[in-house]
Amino acid sequence: MLALDRVSKTYPNGVQALARFSAEIRQGEIVAIIGGSGCGKSTLLRAIAGLDRASSGTVTLDNEAISSPHAKIGIIFQEPRLLPWLSVADNIGFGLADLPAAERREKVVRALERVGLAEKAQAWPRELSGGQAQRVAIARALVPQPEVLLLDEPFSALDAFTRRDLQDHLLDLWADTRPTLILVTHDVDEAVVLADRVLVMRPRPGRLFDQIEINLGRPRDRNSPLFETFKRSVLTSLDRSLDRSVPDRDATQGPGQAMWW
Amino acid sequence: MISDAPVLQQASEPAENVAAPSRAARYARPLLGALLPLALALGWELVVWLGWSNGRLVPPPSRIFATIAELARSGELVRHIIATLWRVGLGFAFGVVAGTLLGAVSGYWSLARRLLDPTVQALRAIPSLAWVPLFILWLGIFETSKVALIAVGVFFPVYLGVMGAILSVDRKIVEVGRTFRLSGFAMIRRILLPAVLPAYVVSLRVGLGLGWMFVVAAELIGASEGLGYLLLDGQQLGKPAQILAAIVIFAILGKLTDWLIEVAAAPFLRWQDAFVRVKGA
Ligand SMILES: Nc1ncnc2c1ncn2[C@@H]1O[C@H](COP(=O)(O)OP(=O)(O)O)[C@@H](O)[C@H]1O
Ligand SMILES: [Mg+2]
Repeated sequence: MLALDRVSKTYPNGVQALARFSAEIRQGEIVAIIGGSGCGKSTLLRAIAGLDRASSGTVTLDNEAISSPHAKIGIIFQEPRLLPWLSVADNIGFGLADLPAAERREKVVRALERVGLAEKAQAWPRELSGGQAQRVAIARALVPQPEVLLLDEPFSALDAFTRRDLQDHLLDLWADTRPTLILVTHDVDEAVVLADRVLVMRPRPGRLFDQIEINLGRPRDRNSPLFETFKRSVLTSLDRSLDRSVPDRDATQGPGQAMWW
Repeated sequence: MISDAPVLQQASEPAENVAAPSRAARYARPLLGALLPLALALGWELVVWLGWSNGRLVPPPSRIFATIAELARSGELVRHIIATLWRVGLGFAFGVVAGTLLGAVSGYWSLARRLLDPTVQALRAIPSLAWVPLFILWLGIFETSKVALIAVGVFFPVYLGVMGAILSVDRKIVEVGRTFRLSGFAMIRRILLPAVLPAYVVSLRVGLGLGWMFVVAAELIGASEGLGYLLLDGQQLGKPAQILAAIVIFAILGKLTDWLIEVAAAPFLRWQDAFVRVKGA
Protein backbone atom coordinates (compact mmCIF):
# COMPACT_ATOMS: atom_id res chain seq x y z
CA MET A 1 0.00 0.00 0.00
CA LEU A 2 1.10 3.53 -0.78
CA ALA A 3 0.43 5.94 2.05
CA LEU A 4 0.66 9.70 1.81
CA ASP A 5 0.61 11.31 5.20
CA ARG A 6 0.18 15.08 5.35
CA VAL A 7 2.60 15.65 2.47
CA SER A 8 3.44 19.35 2.13
CA LYS A 9 5.81 21.13 -0.16
CA THR A 10 6.98 24.72 -0.04
CA TYR A 11 9.43 25.65 -2.78
CA PRO A 12 12.50 27.71 -1.94
CA ASN A 13 10.84 30.74 -3.55
CA GLY A 14 8.10 30.57 -0.92
CA VAL A 15 5.34 29.09 -3.10
CA GLN A 16 3.35 26.62 -1.06
CA ALA A 17 2.56 24.07 -3.74
CA LEU A 18 1.14 21.34 -1.56
CA ALA A 19 -0.49 21.41 1.86
CA ARG A 20 -1.09 18.39 4.07
CA PHE A 21 -2.08 15.97 1.35
CA SER A 22 -3.09 12.61 2.77
CA ALA A 23 -4.33 9.55 0.96
CA GLU A 24 -4.00 5.80 1.06
CA ILE A 25 -3.80 3.92 -2.19
CA ARG A 26 -4.26 0.17 -2.38
CA GLN A 27 -1.88 -2.07 -4.30
CA GLY A 28 -3.25 -2.42 -7.83
CA GLU A 29 -5.63 0.50 -7.56
CA ILE A 30 -5.92 3.04 -10.36
CA VAL A 31 -6.19 6.56 -9.02
CA ALA A 32 -6.66 9.66 -11.12
CA ILE A 33 -5.64 13.04 -9.74
CA ILE A 34 -7.43 15.93 -11.31
CA GLY A 35 -7.41 19.64 -10.60
CA GLY A 36 -6.75 23.07 -12.02
CA SER A 37 -3.34 23.89 -13.38
CA GLY A 38 -0.88 24.88 -10.65
CA CYS A 39 -2.67 23.05 -7.88
CA GLY A 40 0.34 20.90 -7.09
CA LYS A 41 -0.36 17.71 -9.04
CA SER A 42 3.14 17.44 -10.46
CA THR A 43 4.63 18.41 -7.14
CA LEU A 44 2.75 15.57 -5.48
CA LEU A 45 3.80 13.06 -8.10
CA ARG A 46 7.44 14.11 -7.88
CA ALA A 47 7.34 13.67 -4.12
CA ILE A 48 5.95 10.14 -4.53
CA ALA A 49 8.60 9.40 -7.14
CA GLY A 50 11.32 10.55 -4.78
CA LEU A 51 12.53 13.13 -7.30
CA ASP A 52 11.81 15.98 -4.88
CA ARG A 53 11.59 15.79 -1.12
CA ALA A 54 8.44 16.88 0.64
CA SER A 55 8.96 19.78 3.05
CA SER A 56 7.02 17.84 5.63
CA GLY A 57 4.89 14.74 5.80
CA THR A 58 5.82 11.28 4.57
CA VAL A 59 5.37 9.01 1.58
CA THR A 60 5.58 5.34 2.45
CA LEU A 61 5.35 2.32 0.19
CA ASP A 62 4.72 -0.93 2.06
CA ASN A 63 5.98 0.75 5.25
CA GLU A 64 9.16 1.92 3.57
CA ALA A 65 9.66 5.70 3.55
CA ILE A 66 10.34 7.15 0.10
CA SER A 67 12.82 10.00 -0.08
CA SER A 68 14.68 9.19 -3.28
CA PRO A 69 13.85 7.27 -6.48
CA HIS A 70 12.88 3.72 -5.68
CA ALA A 71 13.09 0.52 -7.72
CA LYS A 72 9.43 -0.25 -7.08
CA ILE A 73 8.23 3.15 -8.36
CA GLY A 74 8.28 4.11 -12.02
CA ILE A 75 7.25 7.39 -13.58
CA ILE A 76 6.09 8.51 -17.01
CA PHE A 77 6.17 12.19 -17.86
CA GLN A 78 4.16 14.30 -20.23
CA GLU A 79 7.03 14.10 -22.75
CA PRO A 80 8.36 10.64 -23.63
CA ARG A 81 11.92 11.66 -22.57
CA LEU A 82 13.51 8.91 -24.63
CA LEU A 83 17.28 8.94 -24.88
CA PRO A 84 17.87 10.01 -28.48
CA TRP A 85 21.17 8.11 -28.79
CA LEU A 86 19.62 4.74 -27.94
CA SER A 87 17.51 2.62 -30.27
CA VAL A 88 13.91 1.97 -29.29
CA ALA A 89 14.91 -1.45 -27.93
CA ASP A 90 17.79 -0.03 -25.88
CA ASN A 91 15.53 2.68 -24.51
CA ILE A 92 13.08 0.07 -23.29
CA GLY A 93 15.92 -1.92 -21.73
CA PHE A 94 17.43 1.15 -20.07
CA GLY A 95 16.27 0.23 -16.58
CA LEU A 96 17.40 -3.39 -16.89
CA ALA A 97 21.15 -2.79 -16.94
CA ASP A 98 21.65 -5.10 -13.96
CA LEU A 99 20.18 -8.12 -15.71
CA PRO A 100 22.22 -10.56 -17.83
CA ALA A 101 22.11 -9.56 -21.49
CA ALA A 102 20.05 -12.54 -22.64
CA GLU A 103 17.37 -12.00 -20.04
CA ARG A 104 17.29 -8.31 -20.78
CA ARG A 105 16.90 -8.93 -24.49
CA GLU A 106 14.08 -11.35 -23.90
CA LYS A 107 12.17 -8.89 -21.72
CA VAL A 108 12.69 -6.10 -24.22
CA VAL A 109 11.44 -8.21 -27.10
CA ARG A 110 8.36 -9.15 -25.14
CA ALA A 111 7.69 -5.53 -24.18
CA LEU A 112 8.14 -4.39 -27.77
CA GLU A 113 5.55 -6.86 -28.91
CA ARG A 114 3.29 -5.91 -26.07
CA VAL A 115 3.23 -2.26 -27.13
CA GLY A 116 2.95 -3.14 -30.80
CA LEU A 117 6.31 -1.75 -31.84
CA ALA A 118 8.23 -4.93 -32.61
CA GLU A 119 9.19 -3.71 -36.06
CA LYS A 120 10.55 -0.46 -34.59
CA ALA A 121 13.06 -2.19 -32.30
CA GLN A 122 16.09 -0.79 -34.10
CA ALA A 123 14.59 2.61 -34.99
CA TRP A 124 15.86 5.82 -33.39
CA PRO A 125 13.46 7.74 -31.16
CA ARG A 126 13.37 10.65 -33.63
CA GLU A 127 11.81 8.33 -36.17
CA LEU A 128 8.74 7.72 -33.99
CA SER A 129 5.45 9.57 -33.93
CA GLY A 130 4.38 11.18 -30.66
CA GLY A 131 2.10 8.28 -29.77
CA GLN A 132 4.71 5.67 -30.60
CA ALA A 133 7.31 7.49 -28.51
CA GLN A 134 4.98 7.59 -25.53
CA ARG A 135 4.35 3.86 -25.93
CA VAL A 136 8.09 3.29 -25.72
CA ALA A 137 8.18 5.42 -22.58
CA ILE A 138 5.38 3.30 -21.09
CA ALA A 139 7.22 0.12 -21.97
CA ARG A 140 10.46 1.48 -20.49
CA ALA A 141 8.73 2.26 -17.22
CA LEU A 142 6.82 -1.02 -17.04
CA VAL A 143 9.50 -3.45 -18.04
CA PRO A 144 11.27 -3.42 -14.62
CA GLN A 145 7.83 -4.32 -13.18
CA PRO A 146 7.32 -1.49 -10.71
CA GLU A 147 4.70 -1.83 -8.00
CA VAL A 148 3.65 1.75 -8.50
CA LEU A 149 3.56 3.59 -11.81
CA LEU A 150 3.13 7.35 -11.75
CA LEU A 151 1.91 9.16 -14.86
CA ASP A 152 2.02 12.95 -15.11
CA GLU A 153 -0.41 14.02 -17.85
CA PRO A 154 1.07 11.31 -20.07
CA PHE A 155 -1.30 11.75 -23.00
CA SER A 156 -2.03 15.45 -22.92
CA ALA A 157 0.35 16.27 -25.77
CA LEU A 158 -1.34 13.77 -28.11
CA ASP A 159 -4.29 14.19 -30.43
CA ALA A 160 -7.65 12.94 -29.21
CA PHE A 161 -7.62 9.82 -31.33
CA THR A 162 -4.16 8.68 -30.25
CA ARG A 163 -4.98 9.57 -26.67
CA ARG A 164 -7.97 7.22 -26.56
CA ASP A 165 -5.95 4.52 -28.14
CA LEU A 166 -3.21 4.85 -25.54
CA GLN A 167 -5.69 4.96 -22.68
CA ASP A 168 -7.07 1.60 -23.74
CA HIS A 169 -3.58 0.34 -24.27
CA LEU A 170 -2.47 1.43 -20.81
CA LEU A 171 -5.34 -0.50 -19.22
CA ASP A 172 -4.41 -3.51 -21.27
CA LEU A 173 -0.80 -3.35 -20.06
CA TRP A 174 -1.89 -2.65 -16.50
CA ALA A 175 -3.87 -5.90 -16.49
CA ASP A 176 -0.64 -7.89 -17.00
CA THR A 177 0.89 -7.23 -13.60
CA ARG A 178 -1.64 -4.88 -11.99
CA PRO A 179 0.69 -2.25 -10.58
CA THR A 180 -0.76 0.69 -8.71
CA LEU A 181 -1.37 3.50 -11.19
CA ILE A 182 -1.46 7.13 -10.16
CA LEU A 183 -2.43 9.24 -13.10
CA VAL A 184 -2.42 13.00 -13.16
CA THR A 185 -4.73 14.37 -15.80
CA HIS A 186 -6.82 17.38 -16.66
CA ASP A 187 -9.10 15.33 -18.87
CA VAL A 188 -12.28 14.29 -17.05
CA ASP A 189 -13.01 11.66 -19.67
CA GLU A 190 -9.61 10.11 -19.13
CA ALA A 191 -10.04 10.06 -15.36
CA VAL A 192 -13.42 8.36 -15.53
CA VAL A 193 -12.45 5.83 -18.16
CA LEU A 194 -9.32 4.71 -16.31
CA ALA A 195 -9.67 5.25 -12.60
CA ASP A 196 -11.15 3.33 -9.71
CA ARG A 197 -11.08 6.55 -7.75
CA VAL A 198 -10.70 10.19 -8.71
CA LEU A 199 -8.99 12.59 -6.33
CA VAL A 200 -9.91 16.23 -6.94
CA MET A 201 -7.41 18.82 -5.82
CA ARG A 202 -7.89 22.51 -5.22
CA PRO A 203 -5.22 25.18 -5.60
CA ARG A 204 -3.42 27.78 -3.48
CA PRO A 205 -2.17 25.88 -1.64
CA GLY A 206 -2.63 22.56 -3.43
CA ARG A 207 -4.68 20.21 -1.32
CA LEU A 208 -7.16 17.38 -1.54
CA PHE A 209 -10.70 18.59 -2.12
CA ASP A 210 -12.83 15.59 -2.93
CA GLN A 211 -12.77 11.89 -3.76
CA ILE A 212 -15.10 10.16 -6.17
CA GLU A 213 -15.26 6.39 -6.46
CA ILE A 214 -15.93 5.26 -10.01
CA ASN A 215 -17.98 2.13 -9.51
CA LEU A 216 -17.98 0.99 -13.11
CA GLY A 217 -16.95 -2.40 -14.43
CA ARG A 218 -14.34 -2.78 -17.15
CA PRO A 219 -14.20 -2.41 -20.06
CA ARG A 220 -16.05 0.86 -19.75
CA ASP A 221 -18.36 2.21 -22.37
CA ARG A 222 -17.66 5.88 -22.87
CA ASN A 223 -21.16 6.42 -24.19
CA SER A 224 -23.17 4.74 -21.45
CA PRO A 225 -25.49 6.91 -19.31
CA LEU A 226 -23.72 5.75 -16.16
CA PHE A 227 -20.37 6.90 -17.56
CA GLU A 228 -21.95 10.29 -18.21
CA THR A 229 -23.22 10.43 -14.66
CA PHE A 230 -19.75 9.84 -13.21
CA LYS A 231 -18.28 12.40 -15.58
CA ARG A 232 -20.83 14.93 -14.44
CA SER A 233 -20.09 14.35 -10.78
CA VAL A 234 -16.34 14.76 -11.37
CA LEU A 235 -16.99 17.97 -13.32
CA THR A 236 -19.23 19.29 -10.61
CA SER A 237 -16.62 18.59 -7.99
CA LEU A 238 -13.99 20.34 -10.10
CA ASP A 239 -16.16 23.40 -10.46
CA ARG A 240 -16.71 23.51 -6.76
CA SER A 241 -13.00 23.06 -6.08
CA LEU A 242 -12.38 26.35 -7.86
CA ASP A 243 -15.21 28.19 -6.24
CA ARG A 244 -13.60 30.00 -3.30
CA SER A 245 -16.92 30.36 -1.52
CA VAL A 246 -17.09 26.60 -1.11
CA PRO A 247 -15.24 25.54 2.04
CA ASP A 248 -13.01 22.47 2.01
CA ARG A 249 -14.77 19.11 2.20
CA ASP A 250 -18.21 20.65 2.00
CA ALA A 251 -21.04 18.36 0.96
CA THR A 252 -23.62 20.93 -0.14
CA GLN A 253 -24.76 20.32 -3.70
CA GLY A 254 -25.16 22.64 -6.68
CA PRO A 255 -23.01 22.92 -9.80
CA GLY A 256 -20.69 25.93 -9.96
CA GLN A 257 -19.97 27.77 -13.19
CA ALA A 258 -16.25 28.34 -12.75
CA MET A 259 -13.92 27.22 -15.53
CA TRP A 260 -11.78 24.73 -13.69
CA TRP A 261 -8.70 24.87 -15.90
CA MET B 1 -1.38 -5.63 -31.11
CA ILE B 2 -1.28 -3.96 -34.47
CA SER B 3 -5.01 -4.08 -34.86
CA ASP B 4 -5.63 -1.94 -31.81
CA ALA B 5 -3.50 0.87 -33.14
CA PRO B 6 -4.43 1.52 -36.76
CA VAL B 7 -3.65 5.21 -36.55
CA LEU B 8 -0.26 4.77 -34.98
CA GLN B 9 0.89 2.12 -37.35
CA GLN B 10 0.41 4.41 -40.29
CA ALA B 11 2.65 7.04 -38.77
CA SER B 12 5.36 8.36 -41.00
CA GLU B 13 8.75 6.76 -41.44
CA PRO B 14 11.00 9.71 -42.15
CA ALA B 15 14.24 7.77 -42.64
CA GLU B 16 12.96 5.86 -45.63
CA ASN B 17 11.85 9.02 -47.32
CA VAL B 18 15.23 10.63 -46.86
CA ALA B 19 16.78 7.68 -48.66
CA ALA B 20 14.78 8.38 -51.78
CA PRO B 21 16.93 11.09 -53.44
CA SER B 22 19.28 9.14 -55.67
CA ARG B 23 23.02 8.65 -55.39
CA ALA B 24 23.50 10.90 -58.38
CA ALA B 25 21.92 13.81 -56.54
CA ARG B 26 24.19 13.23 -53.56
CA TYR B 27 27.37 13.41 -55.62
CA ALA B 28 26.13 16.20 -57.85
CA ARG B 29 25.91 18.71 -55.02
CA PRO B 30 29.61 18.79 -54.06
CA LEU B 31 30.49 18.76 -57.75
CA LEU B 32 28.42 21.88 -58.21
CA GLY B 33 30.49 23.59 -55.55
CA ALA B 34 33.71 22.59 -57.31
CA LEU B 35 32.59 24.21 -60.54
CA LEU B 36 33.62 27.77 -59.74
CA PRO B 37 37.18 27.11 -58.47
CA LEU B 38 37.80 24.66 -61.32
CA ALA B 39 36.61 27.16 -63.89
CA LEU B 40 38.78 29.89 -62.39
CA ALA B 41 41.83 27.61 -62.33
CA LEU B 42 41.35 26.46 -65.90
CA GLY B 43 40.65 30.01 -67.03
CA TRP B 44 43.85 31.30 -65.46
CA GLU B 45 45.81 28.38 -66.93
CA LEU B 46 44.46 29.35 -70.34
CA VAL B 47 45.26 33.04 -69.88
CA VAL B 48 48.90 32.25 -69.07
CA TRP B 49 49.14 29.64 -71.81
CA LEU B 50 47.87 32.15 -74.37
CA GLY B 51 50.55 34.56 -73.19
CA TRP B 52 48.11 37.25 -72.02
CA SER B 53 49.90 37.21 -68.66
CA ASN B 54 53.32 35.92 -67.68
CA GLY B 55 51.89 34.44 -64.46
CA ARG B 56 54.95 35.40 -62.45
CA LEU B 57 53.10 36.77 -59.40
CA VAL B 58 50.09 34.50 -59.81
CA PRO B 59 51.43 31.24 -61.18
CA PRO B 60 48.98 29.01 -63.07
CA PRO B 61 47.88 25.70 -61.50
CA SER B 62 50.25 23.66 -63.63
CA ARG B 63 53.25 25.52 -62.22
CA ILE B 64 51.99 25.08 -58.64
CA PHE B 65 51.59 21.35 -59.15
CA ALA B 66 55.00 21.16 -60.78
CA THR B 67 56.45 22.81 -57.67
CA ILE B 68 54.68 20.33 -55.43
CA ALA B 69 55.92 17.43 -57.55
CA GLU B 70 59.46 18.73 -57.43
CA LEU B 71 59.37 19.18 -53.66
CA ALA B 72 57.94 15.70 -53.33
CA ARG B 73 60.64 14.17 -55.52
CA SER B 74 63.47 15.64 -53.47
CA GLY B 75 61.88 14.27 -50.28
CA GLU B 76 61.70 17.78 -48.87
CA LEU B 77 57.93 17.89 -48.98
CA VAL B 78 57.58 14.88 -46.70
CA ARG B 79 60.06 16.38 -44.24
CA HIS B 80 58.10 19.65 -44.07
CA ILE B 81 54.76 17.92 -43.81
CA ILE B 82 55.95 15.66 -41.01
CA ALA B 83 57.39 18.60 -39.08
CA THR B 84 54.13 20.52 -39.34
CA LEU B 85 51.88 17.53 -38.64
CA TRP B 86 53.95 16.66 -35.59
CA ARG B 87 53.57 20.17 -34.16
CA VAL B 88 49.85 20.30 -34.85
CA GLY B 89 49.32 16.81 -33.49
CA LEU B 90 51.22 17.46 -30.29
CA GLY B 91 49.66 20.88 -29.71
CA PHE B 92 46.21 19.51 -30.49
CA ALA B 93 46.69 16.64 -28.06
CA PHE B 94 47.77 18.91 -25.20
CA GLY B 95 45.05 21.45 -25.95
CA VAL B 96 42.33 18.80 -26.14
CA VAL B 97 43.39 17.08 -22.92
CA ALA B 98 43.59 20.33 -20.97
CA GLY B 99 40.40 21.76 -22.51
CA THR B 100 38.44 18.58 -21.92
CA LEU B 101 39.55 18.17 -18.32
CA LEU B 102 39.04 21.77 -17.27
CA GLY B 103 35.84 22.09 -19.33
CA ALA B 104 34.42 18.94 -17.74
CA VAL B 105 35.33 20.07 -14.23
CA SER B 106 33.81 23.51 -14.80
CA GLY B 107 30.71 22.10 -16.40
CA TYR B 108 30.06 19.40 -13.83
CA TRP B 109 30.98 21.19 -10.66
CA SER B 110 29.61 24.65 -10.15
CA LEU B 111 32.09 25.57 -7.43
CA ALA B 112 34.96 24.86 -9.82
CA ARG B 113 33.19 26.88 -12.49
CA ARG B 114 32.90 29.91 -10.25
CA LEU B 115 36.52 29.52 -9.28
CA LEU B 116 37.99 28.76 -12.69
CA ASP B 117 35.83 30.15 -15.42
CA PRO B 118 36.38 33.89 -14.85
CA THR B 119 40.13 33.38 -15.15
CA VAL B 120 39.83 31.25 -18.27
CA GLN B 121 37.47 33.79 -19.84
CA ALA B 122 39.88 36.60 -19.04
CA LEU B 123 42.76 34.69 -20.62
CA ARG B 124 40.58 33.97 -23.62
CA ALA B 125 40.13 37.69 -24.18
CA ILE B 126 43.86 37.98 -24.89
CA PRO B 127 44.60 37.52 -28.60
CA SER B 128 46.54 34.28 -28.50
CA LEU B 129 49.37 35.57 -30.68
CA ALA B 130 50.21 38.04 -27.94
CA TRP B 131 51.67 35.10 -26.02
CA VAL B 132 54.32 34.50 -28.65
CA PRO B 133 57.08 36.71 -27.22
CA LEU B 134 56.52 35.35 -23.75
CA PHE B 135 56.49 31.75 -24.92
CA ILE B 136 59.73 32.33 -26.80
CA LEU B 137 61.34 33.85 -23.69
CA TRP B 138 60.08 31.06 -21.47
CA LEU B 139 60.31 28.06 -23.74
CA GLY B 140 62.90 29.02 -26.32
CA ILE B 141 62.62 29.49 -30.05
CA PHE B 142 62.36 25.79 -30.89
CA GLU B 143 59.60 23.20 -30.76
CA THR B 144 58.27 23.74 -27.24
CA SER B 145 57.08 27.30 -27.76
CA LYS B 146 55.40 26.36 -31.05
CA VAL B 147 53.55 23.42 -29.54
CA ALA B 148 52.52 25.58 -26.58
CA LEU B 149 51.09 28.24 -28.87
CA ILE B 150 49.09 25.66 -30.83
CA ALA B 151 47.87 24.05 -27.63
CA VAL B 152 46.62 27.43 -26.41
CA GLY B 153 44.72 27.92 -29.64
CA VAL B 154 43.11 24.48 -29.36
CA PHE B 155 42.38 24.75 -25.65
CA PHE B 156 39.76 27.51 -25.64
CA PRO B 157 37.19 26.15 -28.09
CA VAL B 158 37.45 22.70 -26.52
CA TYR B 159 37.10 24.10 -23.00
CA LEU B 160 34.10 26.21 -23.95
CA GLY B 161 32.54 23.41 -25.98
CA VAL B 162 32.79 20.84 -23.20
CA MET B 163 31.62 23.18 -20.47
CA GLY B 164 28.73 24.54 -22.54
CA ALA B 165 27.68 21.06 -23.60
CA ILE B 166 27.58 19.78 -20.02
CA LEU B 167 25.68 22.84 -18.84
CA SER B 168 23.08 22.47 -21.56
CA VAL B 169 22.39 18.77 -21.05
CA ASP B 170 18.62 18.43 -20.87
CA ARG B 171 17.61 18.34 -17.20
CA LYS B 172 14.61 16.24 -18.14
CA ILE B 173 16.79 13.49 -19.48
CA VAL B 174 19.03 13.62 -16.42
CA GLU B 175 15.85 13.08 -14.44
CA VAL B 176 15.21 9.89 -16.39
CA GLY B 177 18.60 8.72 -15.16
CA ARG B 178 17.61 9.64 -11.63
CA THR B 179 14.35 7.70 -11.77
CA PHE B 180 16.37 4.63 -12.75
CA ARG B 181 18.67 5.35 -9.80
CA LEU B 182 21.89 5.71 -11.78
CA SER B 183 24.94 6.28 -9.61
CA GLY B 184 27.18 9.27 -10.30
CA PHE B 185 29.48 7.26 -12.54
CA ALA B 186 26.67 5.52 -14.42
CA MET B 187 24.97 8.87 -14.88
CA ILE B 188 28.13 10.22 -16.53
CA ARG B 189 28.63 7.17 -18.70
CA ARG B 190 25.05 6.52 -19.73
CA ILE B 191 23.56 10.03 -19.85
CA LEU B 192 26.12 12.83 -19.79
CA LEU B 193 28.74 11.45 -22.17
CA PRO B 194 26.37 10.57 -25.00
CA ALA B 195 24.47 13.81 -24.53
CA VAL B 196 27.66 15.85 -24.69
CA LEU B 197 29.31 14.02 -27.58
CA PRO B 198 27.87 15.93 -30.56
CA ALA B 199 28.91 19.31 -29.17
CA TYR B 200 32.28 17.84 -28.19
CA VAL B 201 32.99 16.69 -31.71
CA VAL B 202 32.14 20.15 -33.01
CA SER B 203 34.48 21.73 -30.48
CA LEU B 204 37.27 19.32 -31.49
CA ARG B 205 36.84 20.34 -35.12
CA VAL B 206 36.88 24.02 -34.25
CA GLY B 207 39.94 23.41 -32.07
CA LEU B 208 41.70 21.59 -34.88
CA GLY B 209 40.99 24.47 -37.25
CA LEU B 210 42.59 26.86 -34.80
CA GLY B 211 45.49 24.45 -34.39
CA TRP B 212 46.20 24.72 -38.11
CA MET B 213 45.93 28.48 -37.93
CA PHE B 214 48.40 28.69 -35.09
CA VAL B 215 50.92 26.32 -36.61
CA VAL B 216 51.25 28.74 -39.51
CA ALA B 217 51.79 31.60 -37.08
CA ALA B 218 54.32 29.58 -35.11
CA GLU B 219 56.26 28.54 -38.18
CA LEU B 220 56.25 31.99 -39.70
CA ILE B 221 57.88 33.31 -36.55
CA GLY B 222 60.90 31.14 -36.96
CA ALA B 223 61.42 27.62 -38.18
CA SER B 224 63.89 25.72 -40.31
CA GLU B 225 61.34 23.24 -41.54
CA GLY B 226 57.59 22.87 -41.86
CA LEU B 227 55.01 24.11 -44.32
CA GLY B 228 55.05 27.55 -42.68
CA TYR B 229 58.77 27.67 -43.34
CA LEU B 230 58.02 26.94 -47.03
CA LEU B 231 55.71 29.95 -47.04
CA LEU B 232 58.33 32.24 -45.57
CA ASP B 233 61.09 30.85 -47.77
CA GLY B 234 58.90 31.40 -50.83
CA GLN B 235 58.31 34.99 -49.86
CA GLN B 236 61.97 35.76 -49.16
CA LEU B 237 63.20 34.16 -52.36
CA GLY B 238 60.32 35.49 -54.47
CA LYS B 239 58.82 32.11 -55.36
CA PRO B 240 55.02 32.56 -55.40
CA ALA B 241 54.54 29.05 -56.76
CA GLN B 242 56.14 27.64 -53.60
CA ILE B 243 53.89 29.79 -51.40
CA LEU B 244 50.80 28.61 -53.24
CA ALA B 245 52.04 25.03 -53.13
CA ALA B 246 52.32 25.25 -49.34
CA ILE B 247 48.86 26.82 -49.13
CA VAL B 248 47.37 24.01 -51.22
CA ILE B 249 48.97 21.42 -48.97
CA PHE B 250 47.74 23.24 -45.86
CA ALA B 251 44.25 23.13 -47.31
CA ILE B 252 44.48 19.42 -48.11
CA LEU B 253 45.89 18.50 -44.68
CA GLY B 254 43.38 20.68 -42.86
CA LYS B 255 40.48 19.14 -44.69
CA LEU B 256 41.88 15.64 -44.29
CA THR B 257 42.39 15.85 -40.52
CA ASP B 258 38.97 17.40 -40.07
CA TRP B 259 37.49 14.58 -42.08
CA LEU B 260 39.31 12.06 -39.88
CA ILE B 261 37.58 13.45 -36.78
CA GLU B 262 34.26 13.35 -38.57
CA VAL B 263 34.73 9.75 -39.65
CA ALA B 264 35.95 8.64 -36.23
CA ALA B 265 32.93 10.22 -34.55
CA ALA B 266 30.35 9.06 -37.10
CA PRO B 267 29.62 5.64 -35.54
CA PHE B 268 28.76 7.33 -32.23
CA LEU B 269 26.58 9.98 -33.80
CA ARG B 270 24.50 7.80 -36.06
CA TRP B 271 21.43 8.56 -33.96
CA GLN B 272 21.76 12.19 -34.88
CA ASP B 273 22.45 12.17 -38.56
CA ALA B 274 19.91 10.72 -40.97
CA PHE B 275 22.36 11.06 -43.84
CA VAL B 276 25.01 8.78 -42.34
CA ARG B 277 22.35 6.22 -41.49
CA VAL B 278 21.10 6.10 -45.05
CA LYS B 279 24.63 5.77 -46.38
CA GLY B 280 25.25 2.82 -44.05
CA ALA B 281 22.11 1.04 -45.13
N1 LIG C 1 10.52 24.13 -9.03
C1 LIG C 1 9.60 25.03 -8.59
N2 LIG C 1 9.98 26.14 -7.94
C2 LIG C 1 9.07 27.02 -7.50
N3 LIG C 1 7.75 26.90 -7.66
C3 LIG C 1 7.30 25.81 -8.32
C4 LIG C 1 8.20 24.82 -8.82
N4 LIG C 1 7.48 23.85 -9.43
C5 LIG C 1 6.19 24.22 -9.30
N5 LIG C 1 6.08 25.40 -8.64
C6 LIG C 1 4.83 26.08 -8.26
O1 LIG C 1 4.07 25.21 -7.46
C7 LIG C 1 2.72 25.23 -7.82
C8 LIG C 1 2.26 23.85 -8.20
O2 LIG C 1 2.92 23.45 -9.37
P1 LIG C 1 2.70 22.04 -10.08
O3 LIG C 1 2.86 20.98 -9.06
O4 LIG C 1 3.57 21.96 -11.26
O5 LIG C 1 1.17 22.15 -10.51
P2 LIG C 1 0.34 21.27 -11.54
O6 LIG C 1 1.16 20.12 -11.95
O7 LIG C 1 -0.89 20.89 -10.78
O8 LIG C 1 -0.02 22.15 -12.67
C9 LIG C 1 2.58 26.24 -8.94
O9 LIG C 1 2.15 27.45 -8.38
C10 LIG C 1 3.97 26.36 -9.48
O10 LIG C 1 4.18 27.65 -9.97
MG1 LIG D 1 1.88 19.54 -13.90
